[in-house]
Amino acid sequence: MPETVDCRGLSCPEPVIQARQALQQASGGTVTVVVSNTVARDNVSRAAKSMGWQVAVEEDGDDFKLSISK
Amino acid sequence: MRDRLFIIIAGAVVGLLAVVLVLQGNPVNMGFCIACFIRDISGALGLHRAGVVQYIRPEIIGLIIGAFATALFVKEFKPTGGSSPVLRFALGMFMMAGALIFLGCPLRLVLRLAGGDWNALIALPGYVVGVWLGTIFLKNGYTLGRSQEQSNVNGYAGPFIAVILLILLVAAPAFIFFSEEGPGAMGAPLVLALGAGLLVGVLAQRTRLCTMGAIRDIILFKDFHLFYGFAAIFVVALIGNLLTGYFNPGFEGQPVAHISTLWNFLGMTVVGLAAVLAGGCPMRQLILTGEGQGDALLTVFGMMAGAAFMHNFGLAGSPAGVSPAGQWIVLISLIVLGIIGLGNSKLLSGNK
Repeated sequence: MPETVDCRGLSCPEPVIQARQALQQASGGTVTVVVSNTVARDNVSRAAKSMGWQVAVEEDGDDFKLSISK
Repeated sequence: MRDRLFIIIAGAVVGLLAVVLVLQGNPVNMGFCIACFIRDISGALGLHRAGVVQYIRPEIIGLIIGAFATALFVKEFKPTGGSSPVLRFALGMFMMAGALIFLGCPLRLVLRLAGGDWNALIALPGYVVGVWLGTIFLKNGYTLGRSQEQSNVNGYAGPFIAVILLILLVAAPAFIFFSEEGPGAMGAPLVLALGAGLLVGVLAQRTRLCTMGAIRDIILFKDFHLFYGFAAIFVVALIGNLLTGYFNPGFEGQPVAHISTLWNFLGMTVVGLAAVLAGGCPMRQLILTGEGQGDALLTVFGMMAGAAFMHNFGLAGSPAGVSPAGQWIVLISLIVLGIIGLGNSKLLSGNK
């Protein structure tokens, strides 16, 4: 089941904490994380990669949609 | 790897400039001290009347404008705000309160350490404890809520204020207070101080250098990325101080410092906890202000008000130590910060 974590308007480290929790629960498949600033985009991407996931970033208006998969 | 090198370079530049600024006139171990400098600006504007700490510090202006220009250039300027403004103001006040008990923000803590001020060695674990307490709230869902996108006018407010401060500094009208003695009367030449601020503003915006994040990310994620920058500040400032004769190890007689062990420790505990709850150390708040974040600007305003509060009521630490009233402020700060942390996390049932 594709899961979406909405982190718009939140600043780090909250998006990273939420994304990590979601990734730990999902353990596989695809998790979508939406963030609204570049710091969160970079930090969530780095955290996900360090946990062995792959990250695809897509700009969505002023936000960023991160498709994280394993 | 490239990112790591970049943040080490940024930290090294901060450490180097801190040494240069002291050589050129800034108070010793105060090449950069964001809390002290904001306190000086509060004094210059007459918000407090502590005659020895009143000066519009060009470094602060440079940091905001440097970050602003960089954010515009790389298209990261994004006006936002509206995430618990009242609490952010309060967190700024507490962050300043703790810093004025210890006599330095986390950045000056590092610089004091690099100057051989062993009181900072006591304060560092205090700071780590404060950050660690903050991470307990973060792990339990602490948030100040989402910020909203706002109009450009909101985002330009911080940089605009920085420009106004620069005009006041250069024009020096009679209603602005400038110290004639004490730390407030000591400052590097305007162009150098402003240039140093601008350069650090650019680097800190690009690298997200944060003296709180450095500790927090290790505790939360075992991520040492920001810590490399933090460590680079220390190493370069230490080498610089050794080469220029500003390394004077010891507890007593340190510049703009006191030897009250407990209050040095707890003062920085307050700063660490408040910085985690506010999402950034004092320097980071200036950088975020430059990026257009109204929430960060409010935190800076809170720091200005906190400085006025601490000096007007005789609560700030001094080389003589910390007054009993100042000691109470530390305890009250810890309690209120605990309430803010609890009330915005899921630690207590009943919070949404």
